[in-house]
Amino acid sequence: MSATLSYIKKKSPVHGLTGSTKFIFFLVWSLAAMITYDTRVLVAMFLMGVAFFKMSKLTWKDVRFAVLFMVWLIVVNLVALFLFAPEQGVEIYGTRTEIVHLFWRYSIIAEEMFYLFNFTLKYLAVIPVALLFILATDPSEFAASLNKIGVSYKVGYSVAIALRYIPDVQRDFREISQAQQARGIDLSKKDKLTARLKNSAAILFPLVLSSLDRIEVISNAMELRGFGKKKKRTWIVERPFKKADYTAILTAVCMMIVSLGCIWLNGGRFWNPFI
Amino acid sequence: MDKKITIKSIVAIGIGAALFFVVGRFIAIPIFANTTANLQYGILSVFSIIFGPLVGALAGFIGHTLIDLSWGGPWWSWIIASAVFGVLVGLVKKKIDIENGKFGKKEIITFNVAQVIAHAICWIVIASALDVIIYKEAISKLVGQSLIAFAANSVTTAIVGTLLLLAYAKTRTKAGSLQKED
Amino acid sequence: MQKPIISFKDYTYHYRSQAEPTITNINLEIFEGERIIIVGPSGCGKSTLAHCLNGLNPFSYPGKTEGSLTICGVEADKSGIFELSQYVGTVLQDTDGQFIGMTVLEDIAFAMENDCVAQEEMIERTKAEAARVSLTEKLDAAPHALSGGQKQRVSMAGVMVNEVPILLFDEPLANLDPAAGRDAIELIDKLQKDGGKTVIIIEHRLEDAMHMGADRIIMMENGKIVNDTTPEELFLSNKLIEAGIREPLYLSALKYAGVALTKDMHVERMQNLALTDENKEQIRKWFAERSEKPPVEEKPEVLRVEDIHFGYTPEKENLTDISFSIKEGEMISIVGKNGAGKSTMAKLLCGFEKPGSGKLYLKGRDMGEDTIKERAEHIGYVMQNPNQMISKPMIYDEVALSLVMQNLPEDEIRERVFEALKICGLYEFRNWPINALSYGQKKRVTIASILVSRPRILILDEPTAGQDFRHYTEIMEFLKELNEKGYTVLMITHDMHLMLEYTNRSLVFSDGRKIADTTPEKLFSNPELLKQASLKETSLYALAEMCDLPPESYIRAFIEYDREVRS
Repeated sequence: MSATLSYIKKKSPVHGLTGSTKFIFFLVWSLAAMITYDTRVLVAMFLMGVAFFKMSKLTWKDVRFAVLFMVWLIVVNLVALFLFAPEQGVEIYGTRTEIVHLFWRYSIIAEEMFYLFNFTLKYLAVIPVALLFILATDPSEFAASLNKIGVSYKVGYSVAIALRYIPDVQRDFREISQAQQARGIDLSKKDKLTARLKNSAAILFPLVLSSLDRIEVISNAMELRGFGKKKKRTWIVERPFKKADYTAILTAVCMMIVSLGCIWLNGGRFWNPFI
Repeated sequence: MDKKITIKSIVAIGIGAALFFVVGRFIAIPIFANTTANLQYGILSVFSIIFGPLVGALAGFIGHTLIDLSWGGPWWSWIIASAVFGVLVGLVKKKIDIENGKFGKKEIITFNVAQVIAHAICWIVIASALDVIIYKEAISKLVGQSLIAFAANSVTTAIVGTLLLLAYAKTRTKAGSLQKED
Repeated sequence: MQKPIISFKDYTYHYRSQAEPTITNINLEIFEGERIIIVGPSGCGKSTLAHCLNGLNPFSYPGKTEGSLTICGVEADKSGIFELSQYVGTVLQDTDGQFIGMTVLEDIAFAMENDCVAQEEMIERTKAEAARVSLTEKLDAAPHALSGGQKQRVSMAGVMVNEVPILLFDEPLANLDPAAGRDAIELIDKLQKDGGKTVIIIEHRLEDAMHMGADRIIMMENGKIVNDTTPEELFLSNKLIEAGIREPLYLSALKYAGVALTKDMHVERMQNLALTDENKEQIRKWFAERSEKPPVEEKPEVLRVEDIHFGYTPEKENLTDISFSIKEGEMISIVGKNGAGKSTMAKLLCGFEKPGSGKLYLKGRDMGEDTIKERAEHIGYVMQNPNQMISKPMIYDEVALSLVMQNLPEDEIRERVFEALKICGLYEFRNWPINALSYGQKKRVTIASILVSRPRILILDEPTAGQDFRHYTEIMEFLKELNEKGYTVLMITHDMHLMLEYTNRSLVFSDGRKIADTTPEKLFSNPELLKQASLKETSLYALAEMCDLPPESYIRAFIEYDREVRS
């Protein structure tokens, strides 16, 4: 369970930013990383991300598991990319600089390696910022932040409800599956796959039914306290924007402009050092 | 759109997303290698049938985003695919009168045709297309990856989703004339 | 004459989904500042009545109304939930379901946020309400860090921010332990006196709800009001017993002793009770005639727990140094506050969790290495809510589930399922769908589905929580039958009646330690221990003291006599 990332309360410039700022920053930043494949931009974003992370006073220990997991995912992806399409880089960059031939259709090609390097960078550019968003944003501010950037407050509140009730659902799930294990329903057993899937329904069904009951109670409670009465609503946890918030958003927007600018300069999403 | 969302839908989105998260994050039934069966699509399909496409879409979107964030980074292409799955299955809600306990052969077929098509569109078309656009991944890799995701998810949903809906439908039927037996 | 704040005139409510109206011809006036308790068995229509008051009927659960209902001068049917919520603040029984905010602060402010109150004002008013329910220290706490009683106080603060004139409590005691329940009633009393509010409490634990008195008690049956009088008048009559509602224990005790109840006795509350010397003599005489039951013979030991230590995380120990031994055929209650370690202990016994150190013995054999499944053949665990266990739509399939999982031959499965169904009195329903059953019957299905594995020890988590007197009796008499058939029964419970009436031994847990292992009578004669277990004194204790009788023996004598009378 310790592998699940959640909010860590600290005092730092990053924690001091409003939830909305962090949310906007995270969205703009990941969008900027998404559109570009320019190595220089991605490297800059990664380094800046690491610097922001340092500012947040979060430690390597807080994120070690998550980072290692992401690295593992990236490695799996890299291997798959290489096995399935060993010449993807050649196609993208238009030249082929073979360094050494391995076997059959596989060779170490400079363009391919460079493509894979950039692919990795695309993740590295986002990971520190994503981690910050998760670990340094108070979940209480989530709904208010969504509302502030224009999402309907009702939908924003769905997110709040999800965050509020995840621990309850998790507890229900644990208790139900323990009681069902005592009746011989075990998902980890070496049964046939279809049998295990059928067994899982025996655990999920009570979970779904009790969740449906819960939906009934919560919606009654919300209605009785006037949820949805007006077109707008206020938030007790909302914080006003300060100078730091504007600076942060401006930084993200600048990054976006740089990212777009490079596409225009390069005449495409890729920066090609091979020509 | 705002006016049409009832409070119950809002809560259903939140609780649906919480279920999606818990089931997707903590139940791992290994299929092979490091691929696991995604039971959360079974749950999501049930929510789509009970509450309709909007709840399905947002519960899938929020739930999947939360799962990805809890690992460290969102994989937008797949998150969007989850949301689209919720919508597509929700589209057949009108054909399945689950609230009155109707879930017979005809409804089972409708549901499964819908979920298989939805999975095909989501994984083979949408997720792959977005991966190509965003990450410039090679199509040959994506074909393999998305076919596996499609096959695994539609089998999982076929079994888990159908069983859950069958059981749920039984709880909605009015008990007719029942006789005690000796 | 005062003006009524709520007025039902020939009011009938008919849910669209039901064949018959659920409440009919209700005539009821409630005046400003009154405190009303509404009682009645499950399904009598009291919740429907509450839903009519707060607007869930007809605006969330559509239906047809006849007659009229006015609340604070407003025609309820023509109003709406939002308008009615300005007058009626509702506190529901599910303390988790109605706690919507991430923290205490947000939950209290929820209604103001919906009203677009400016932030500064919100913070100020939230803090004031939190102070009123003594939660100032807990403003930043998440719901998981609060006890049931605290969560309920948050809900009260959350409806009071709107300065509603009427507070409606729908079974406020159902999810609380007895001490928290007493505190809740005392808080309601204080809030009412300070704020001049009108309070309506729906509750079947009448004696507990009456802790701080009430102006009137409304009794409902089959959708109608059958009695509407002062508590005193009601208690002087026999109407509660006739309606199958449990009367306060001290009243039963007086009646058993042959004391004629009169108006001068102030029978409405134990604290007010005035007995003459003659009355006291009658009670002493009754007690002298009761003989002590011979002690039961010692049976062989089935379970032994030795020096158990356990923590869910390495930082905190949830169980410290637990040892006890359980004999065959005992019926035991495990009591203590939420989070005291009762459920954790049960999980260790079933093998759901592994102890950090210490040993568990089953009939003298160390069962530390046994899997969950192996233990289930000896120890069965029944969850509180049957809906959390039932995973098949048909009774037969549900009960057969664990045998099917073992791939036993069909004949054997059938034989064992029928055997379990017969034990649980469900054989004649074997081909029914589960949703055709009542709550009590569903509970039996879950017990049957455990008994097919033929365990001889049963652990039940809160077997009677939220049940009315009839269902309580039905479930407990069934468990007693099982116990008489030789099953050893352990129950985790907050229910004082259950402990006293059905168990011969109580294990008391507090902060992860076992602080007592005693008889329920001894427990209820020990105020210090009661406090640590988050229980409260029973009125029998006060009555015994009043009559200079030894409380422990008096309580025992009463319970034994009561059992004889009721069966």
